[in-house]
Amino acid sequence: MKEAFIRAKDLYYTYKEEGQEPVSVLRGLSLEIQKGEYVAILGHNGSGKSTFAKLLNMILEPDSGELWVAGRELTSPELTEDDVYALRREVGMVFQNPDNQLVATIVEEDVAFGPENLGVPSAEIRRRVDEALAAVGMSNFAKSEPHRLSGGQKQRVAIAGIIAMMPNCMIFDESTAMLDPVGRREVVETFEKLNRERGITVITITHYMNEAARADRVIVLDEGKVLMDGKPFEVFARAEELVATGLDVPQCTSLVHALRKKGLVIDGEPVTTEECAEMICRALEEHHGKGNA
Amino acid sequence: MSSIALGQYYPVSSPVHRLDARMKVILAILYIVCTFLCKNVLSFAALAFSALVLILLARIPLRVILRAIRPILFIMCFTAVLNLFFVKGENLLFAWWKLQIYVEGLYSAAFMLLRIVVLIMGTSLFLTYTTTPIALTDALESLLAPLRLIRVPVHEFAMMMTIALRFIPLLSEETGKIMNAQKARGVDFAHGGLIKRAKALIPILIPLFVSAFRRAEELATAMECRCYRGGSGRTKMTVPHLHFRDFAALLLVIGFGAGILYLNRLGIGYTMP
Repeated sequence: MKEAFIRAKDLYYTYKEEGQEPVSVLRGLSLEIQKGEYVAILGHNGSGKSTFAKLLNMILEPDSGELWVAGRELTSPELTEDDVYALRREVGMVFQNPDNQLVATIVEEDVAFGPENLGVPSAEIRRRVDEALAAVGMSNFAKSEPHRLSGGQKQRVAIAGIIAMMPNCMIFDESTAMLDPVGRREVVETFEKLNRERGITVITITHYMNEAARADRVIVLDEGKVLMDGKPFEVFARAEELVATGLDVPQCTSLVHALRKKGLVIDGEPVTTEECAEMICRALEEHHGKGNA
Repeated sequence: MSSIALGQYYPVSSPVHRLDARMKVILAILYIVCTFLCKNVLSFAALAFSALVLILLARIPLRVILRAIRPILFIMCFTAVLNLFFVKGENLLFAWWKLQIYVEGLYSAAFMLLRIVVLIMGTSLFLTYTTTPIALTDALESLLAPLRLIRVPVHEFAMMMTIALRFIPLLSEETGKIMNAQKARGVDFAHGGLIKRAKALIPILIPLFVSAFRRAEELATAMECRCYRGGSGRTKMTVPHLHFRDFAALLLVIGFGAGILYLNRLGIGYTMP
């Protein structure tokens, strides 16, 4: 069988701070993610989703368990600093607050920061920066100052900064949480584009259901373990369980469930609003058809 | 708040703006040396003329330049008065009680005034008005690069400068937000004595510091994730090149200095010691 891009087995992690009770966040988390997947990781606050993301990039190290990312065993005692460096070049991470990720005072200089650190030749950096900015649709802002951009635009610049490092995998740690709906849509569309057009493995950590619904696979974490794992419609079909863990169900899912309770026959589980509208229309037509007959 | 201007950079396109930033730092230093070389009326006249030419070349409006001079007005007056009363010479112009003003003192005061004005104008014209802060930081980094041999962390200082420039607008915006939040809770910043007003600043400073430290930590993590490991092994996207115009400007300023030295030797009028 093909080696999984990310393989986690029985991961444990506990936050220990002096003078405070240790908080155990990951409790035996196991999962596998294949190369080229578009995965959304859901979970309420404290479910361990952000902690898991930080383990993938060696910002944190697990207390116990096994973690393989991009063919490297991160939990191996022989892991050197150079391995961590090589890992970060392959697995890029975008954080929540765009303001605290941008380093330079000019957009294109910031995008160049990653490749500059990698020691890429100047002409190649130029090419990568132009291409990365085009990929996120920010070419017109190459010479702008970051503090004059909107939140969504800043986050797209942060994403371009990672694209320019040419990673195989990008992790978005609640990267849409601080954005307005327009900015969020811009950024989510960028995720999809990266995954479809470049085959980059995208892992997005979020608590927005509508965002998770657009992924190929949804993993729900609860109490530091995997609670559900499957296609979005499979996961959202278990609406009661989701609500029990403190998560919301996407509006269209709850609408379909409510209509079913009233006796309307709807096939399948809608994921996007458009799908939902179509399904309800079809169901209503059939319903009326039967009524007339 | 987002319209806050960083530094004094005046964005127009001019021959001075187009010069390489590293060369401009060198030119500014040479120009400062020139102002100190001036000794007599002729050389100071040449200096004043060169400053006017520089203003025209850099295409900076006069009112913008006068703004740079305003903060040093006091030092200028002080120096002028000092020179006027304390430089002794042979030609007494005016005497009253213990005050004596000599012709030499008058000249000296005028020369010092001109020197200070041109000094400030020259450096701002070469550096702050025509060079972006970030270009200036990069220029200093590459000019001071030899200091790395004696273990001065030049790259790290330049990085700190860059990050500071990046975060100044952010933190000033945040200060505004915190002030509004505290005002909404009834904190009065505008009234009361000095101590009362200073105390009113505490509820602004504490949240600001807390947030600045949090930002710093997040930024450090983000930088590590982008493979930052200090200056060694780093490349640059834009490698600046010196052009013909940079060398031409260098020759021009050196020639100007030589001209000043020549004018000094034509002993006309009062010559400064």
